[in-house]
Amino acid sequence: MAGGLRLDQALQLLRQAGHEPPAGAEGSDAWLQSLIDSLVDLSSRDALTGLANRRSFELALAREIDRVARAGEPALLLVLDIDHFKRVNDTHGHASGDLVLKAVGKALLECVRPMDMVARTGGEEFAIVMPNCPSAFGEAVAERVRRRIEAMPVSIGLSQQIHVSVSVGGAFAPQWVRSSPALWIERADVQLYRAKAQGRNQVCLEPSAVSVVSAEEKALLFGISQFQDIE
Amino acid sequence: MSAAPARSRQAGPRPSASRGATAARARITAVTSGKGGVGKTFVSANLAAALARQGRRVLVLDADLGLANLDVILNLAPKITLHDVFTGRSELEDAILPAPGGFSVLLAGSGMVEYSRMTPEVRDQLLKVIDHVAPRFDHVILDTGAGISDVVLYSVSLADEVLVVVTPEPTSMTDAYATIKVLASTQGRDRVLLVVNQTRRHGEGRAVCQQLQQVVDRFVNSGRAAPVRLDLAGQVPLDIAVRDSVLRRQLLLETLPGSPAALAVAALAAKLLD
Repeated sequence: MAGGLRLDQALQLLRQAGHEPPAGAEGSDAWLQSLIDSLVDLSSRDALTGLANRRSFELALAREIDRVARAGEPALLLVLDIDHFKRVNDTHGHASGDLVLKAVGKALLECVRPMDMVARTGGEEFAIVMPNCPSAFGEAVAERVRRRIEAMPVSIGLSQQIHVSVSVGGAFAPQWVRSSPALWIERADVQLYRAKAQGRNQVCLEPSAVSVVSAEEKALLFGISQFQDIE
Repeated sequence: MSAAPARSRQAGPRPSASRGATAARARITAVTSGKGGVGKTFVSANLAAALARQGRRVLVLDADLGLANLDVILNLAPKITLHDVFTGRSELEDAILPAPGGFSVLLAGSGMVEYSRMTPEVRDQLLKVIDHVAPRFDHVILDTGAGISDVVLYSVSLADEVLVVVTPEPTSMTDAYATIKVLASTQGRDRVLLVVNQTRRHGEGRAVCQQLQQVVDRFVNSGRAAPVRLDLAGQVPLDIAVRDSVLRRQLLLETLPGSPAALAVAALAAKLLD
């Protein structure tokens, strides 16, 4: 063992989570680094679904806000909640509930880009951080996610399948705006509540505050004549 | 997720307590610009002095958290600032300072840089500060930061009226237009007061206002229930006296009240009180 470090429990945790044993000669720097990397990975994932957990989600959100502020490419945050999830648990049992959570998590991963982050942020709550998502695409992406879940059968027994739906709220990190993860989440949450209140299984996105001034607007503002016949 | 949706920025322009006509509560004017360096703080400070001359109790709040210029323009080096209030080191009362020009100021202090990013805490603190000072003044002026940050939008959302400072420069007009657009879409503002600063000829303020209104009509007002109206509240001529006063860190209204720019700010104050 490396310099008397107590690593038994760490190694046991990794084995239990299905991780490969650390690579390299036991006790070497490379071996320790590999062990640490595995532990970091373990502590940033949700144990049930394998998705990013709340902790790494919040880190990603803070990173994304900084990136948006610097690069100016809008990012979209979607928050999702499985509709009437309690009913699934109550009717079919918690084991079935877990299967639903896993299936939803897998489906979400399948309908986003590799660069997007899908996280399980609470009991039946999920979130997707989508960097570089132009505001014109937001509605389409969110709607695709909602339809995908709605159409997906979840097997909860040998011959039993159920269907669930999700409500989706979303908000963009506005370009050039200094903000914080908490406010971004709150704005998306407001839209999620709206989707729930309007009857669930639907998408509500915050109307984007467009601060970009188009060429047409500039042309009219500065009276450039060649643009004035646009209409 | 847990955050309550009770008070979003979309919920309306005034999340604080409602202000009836009878309530003895300050009229809150947010001064903003989109672009920096167009004279926002100059207008805020001298407008405050002009209103004070009309017998109004005026407070200027440095809502440009962390990036403040108000202290520079007024030549103040406060021992207690909003930063001390936010961190609980001082009472709000002790941070309200008398400024030259007969009004009061609440300065942010350099430690506020960490607050230049909007968080729920900053929001609650700002709201608390404004609710505390509003009953004790006739007029509160929020000197906001440049740009269209969350802090700026939130400060403006607390105000009864918004005054956009713009110069006839294309960059300033573009940013003012973007600000007006965002305020219309996120806060439902349908009236924006315009101060055109650094005009070079008579009537240029009116022209800038009309030009902006034309674009707003075409791109913002189409399909809106309540069209956005721009009111020209004032036009301040380009005046070498302004630069001198800023360099000397004195209020123009104090040192050269008869200069063209000072007279224009006084006229602005009169118009606001009209």
